[in-house]
Order: sequence, then C-alpha cells, then structure tokens
Amino acid sequence: MTAKTAEALADVVAATVEVHDVHKWYGTHRVLDGVDLTVRPGEVTVILGPSGSGKSTLLRVINHLEKPEIGYVSINGEPIGVKRHGDRLKELSERAILTQRGRIGFVFQNFNLFPHLTVLDNVATAPVATGRLGRNEAQALAHELLGRVGLADKTGAYPRQLSGGQQQRVAIARALALRPGVILFDEPTSALDPELVGEVLAVIRDLASSGTTLVIVTHEIGFAREIADRVVFIDNGKIIEQGPPSEVLDNPQHERTRDFLGKVL
Amino acid sequence: MSEPPGATVTLPEAPTADEPPKPLTAQRVLPLRRPGRWLATAVMVVLVAQFVHGLISNPFYQWDRWGYWFLRPTILDGLLITLEVTAYSAVLGLIGGTLIAVARLSKSPVLRAVSWTYVWAFRSIPLIVVLIFLYNFSALYKTLSVGIPFGPAFFSFDESRLATDMVVAVVGLSLNEAAYAAEVVRGGILSVDQGQHEAAAALGLPKGYQFRKIVFPQALRSIIPNYVNQLIGLIKGTSLVFYVSLLDLFGSAQTMGSTYPGDIVPLLLVVTVWYLILTSVVSVVQFYVERYYARGATRSLPPTPLQKLRTGLTVLRARIRREAAV
Repeated sequence: MTAKTAEALADVVAATVEVHDVHKWYGTHRVLDGVDLTVRPGEVTVILGPSGSGKSTLLRVINHLEKPEIGYVSINGEPIGVKRHGDRLKELSERAILTQRGRIGFVFQNFNLFPHLTVLDNVATAPVATGRLGRNEAQALAHELLGRVGLADKTGAYPRQLSGGQQQRVAIARALALRPGVILFDEPTSALDPELVGEVLAVIRDLASSGTTLVIVTHEIGFAREIADRVVFIDNGKIIEQGPPSEVLDNPQHERTRDFLGKVL
Repeated sequence: MSEPPGATVTLPEAPTADEPPKPLTAQRVLPLRRPGRWLATAVMVVLVAQFVHGLISNPFYQWDRWGYWFLRPTILDGLLITLEVTAYSAVLGLIGGTLIAVARLSKSPVLRAVSWTYVWAFRSIPLIVVLIFLYNFSALYKTLSVGIPFGPAFFSFDESRLATDMVVAVVGLSLNEAAYAAEVVRGGILSVDQGQHEAAAALGLPKGYQFRKIVFPQALRSIIPNYVNQLIGLIKGTSLVFYVSLLDLFGSAQTMGSTYPGDIVPLLLVVTVWYLILTSVVSVVQFYVERYYARGATRSLPPTPLQKLRTGLTVLRARIRREAAV
C-alpha cells in the first residue's frame, strides 16, 4: 500500500449535517414542509416514515440531488449547492457542487452500480475521476475496501454477475472510496431478498461503530432500534418527533408515530 | 396437422418382457417430430434450387462478362471512392450527430430549438437535393471566410477551389447522416437508466467524465445496432454522389455501362456483389463491436461462431460417449 492510499484510508473526520428550514415542492405538491434537523458528528440517525412522507427527498436534498425551493443544508457549516453572498444565498457552479458531493457518500436503494465496469473499477473510478488518487493508488484502495465489505474475491466480476446483497456491498465500498464525512443510505435493503438483508446490515453496523456520521432511511425497525443514536419520524414532509430509539420507538408521544409503528411492527 | 404416413412414433428402445428397461437418464430424448417444418423446408429447397439454376444457366446474366469486370481497375477505383466517402461521412456524421444529440438534450432552449430544426430540415430534404444544392453552392457564395461575424474577415477561401467533388459529396452525406445519427445517439442516451446519471452525480464525477465514461459507453449498446443500420444505408446512399460527378462504385459501373451497353447487366451484378460484400463485412464487425460493449450488460457474453462450434462439438462428443457407455 502506498503512502497516498494509506492516507486515503486513514480515519475520516465525521461531519456535522444541518438541515435549515427546507421546503421542497414537486409541482404543486409540497414534499418537504420546513424540515430542521441537526446530525452531530459520528451520530447514526435513522429516518422513518410512511411512503411518500418525504424521507427519501430529504436525503436527496442533503447531497443536493434535489434543489430545495426554500432553506438549505450545510455540512460542517459549509452550505451545500449554495454560498453565502452578503445576507443572501447564491447558487454554486455545477463543478463546485460536484466537488461538494464528493464529501457526501450516497447509497441507493437500487445500487446503481455501473454495469459496464468491473467491481474494482466501480470502486476505483471516483477517486481517479475527481483527481484525488492516481490509478494504482485508487485500485489499491478499492481492493482494501472490497476486502472490508467481504468481497475481495469479486474484484474482477461485473455487477450483474453478483447477488443483490453483494451489489449493495460494492455500492457501499464505492461510496467509501471518497472517504466521505457522512454517508446517506436510501432504503439500502428494500430491493433485497430477505436472506440477503443481513449481510448489508452487517456492513452498515460496521460503519456505524467506526464513527462515521450516517443518515439512514429504512423500514427495518429492529435494525433502527439496534444501531440508531436517534430516530426521526417524518410524515407529510414534517418531522413529527425525534429522539433516541427508546423514546420514539418504544414510547412514541405522537398519535401518527404510534399509528405508523403499529402498522409496521 | 395430421401425421404423414410412416411418421408413427416407435420407441427404438422400447422395453420388452425379457429385457429390463434402461434407466431414464441413460436414454436419449427423442426429438419432437415436426412434419410441417419438413414440408416447408422441402418447398424452400426447391425454390432456392430453381433460383440458383436460373442465375447460373440464364445467358442474360453473362457471368463471363461479370468475371471480366469484377476486378477491373475502373471498378476498383470506384470501390475505393465509395469506401472513402463512406468512411469520412460515417465518422463526421457520427461526431456531428453526437454533438446535435447533446444539444437536443441540453437545458438551453436555444440549443434545443436549433438542433431540433437541423434534424427536422435534413431529415425532410432528400439527399440528392442536398448534394446538387451543394454542387451549385459556389454560385451562391463565391468565397468563404473566417472572421468576426458581420465584421472583418481573417481568412478567405475561394469556394470553387475548396469544393472539390469529393468535398461536396462528403459534406452533403455528412450533413444528412448527422441528422439521422443525432436521433440514434439521442435514443441511446435516453435508454440509459436515470439511476446511472444520479449515481455519477452523487459521486461528484466531473460532468464530461460522466458523459464519456459512464453514460455514453452504456448508450453505445443501443446506438451500435441502430447506427450500423444507418451505416449500411449510407454505403448504398453513396451511390448518389454519381450525380455530383464523383465516380464511385455505382458511378464507374454506370459509366462503363454507357460505353459498353451490352454489359449493363453484368456490370450491375458486379456492383451488387460488391455491395453485398461491404454489408457482410460491416455485419461481422458489428457482431464483435456489440459483443465488446455487452460486457457487464449480460451475465455472459454471446458466443462467437468459433465458440459455438466448440460448444457444439463438446456436447456431441459427450453425447456419443454416453451412448457408447450405455
């Protein structure tokens, strides 16, 4: 391993995520209705809510895949997709936004691996394309990360030759390759066969214990209870209640939270 | 369909009273009989035989004259022109088409409108009209110059010297080709899953890199078959350059035909066979290019003819060995 790879593998500084009064509309439909949320460094936050409640949209606003109409998100105090200009916010250039996204890992429900690249190249591409590492260093890093998610023997395979669980683990390694301070998971196990869910949750559990900031949208209540430092319940684009799992999951204060938990538990 | 006589199914290895039946795994699966297919095959064989016989025996085709013309230098020169015009136009058309496709998918309404109009215009105007128009272009614009729009010029070209027959032909075909290629490329880009764009954006890959390394290679899988279709049309389309006095394969044959009117039919056959050869070469290349870009898209690559042959032989050998063992 070269010095550069070692540096890239060195512990990442966990990031703070702050969502400031975010509103988002799709046409005339209001998806997010004034969401305020602070995720402290190293904290594992699980977002729960019925489908259509806006939890995926919130996640996509955090890495600016969706532009909020009102409000903004900041990571370590730096606004995402915008910059302060006097007392106003100004849109950032596309290039600057892409650079910011490199510091935010994102794991999709449907993996979205690049099917024409090998597993190794899927993981090694981003560090090379963004100019952080040379080709050899990136590949060494990719080997390292694929080992960490238990896929050291699949480096030469193409994504479609893998099971869903394996693909999602590659996707996690791909997100890790940029050493993000925060990783966002958008229903990472919803597209998996039940017997494959465990292997993906094990990798996420490993990440949670390593101290990276994680924001996870999931329907796995048991998993949420186990790893979450905080559970956030969203309905109709609003945060209804939040707190440690022992409060929100076991002793929900709000009628709608009780309703939802009654249905899924 | 009723069973023809003699087609009653008899099990060759039907167990008899004194011989115990062989285990099922040891028996060969009897193929299903398909009398309809046999009948259709027989009819086809007769028709094909008739056609081939006619081709060979009809003196009208003058195959000896075909042999005389097939490799004549005039014809080969024409073939070379055809290949040159096709190659230039195919490359320029694809580059132009890709740019137009990107413009059509851009967020700028002006770029979208201009590229849409281009495609609309060049798909509407017959190629022959474009070619003859360009042929007379020098009469409309005597000089071409590079400079500040509506301002002073830095360089000027004398149009009549710049626009050789070859240039007119290539420009005309490329303009036409670009319009069709643009639609092929656009369709290819649209066929790439939205999740791929999102994943590339979420990783912060630079915009150009996203297109070149992530989206376009995947788009090629649908672009290639459509573009090859387009390319084959182009190879034949080059025969129109005859009308801007460029002697391509068809043009040479046509010229020879007016000099030797008795040889028109064999000359047309010479041209036909050459076009068949060109299309065949393109199809073979297509197979391997498609196979290359299929990496990752399917769990295993489609076999090459050689691999198919090998697989067939292996299966056959295994079957023979098993039958012998039983």
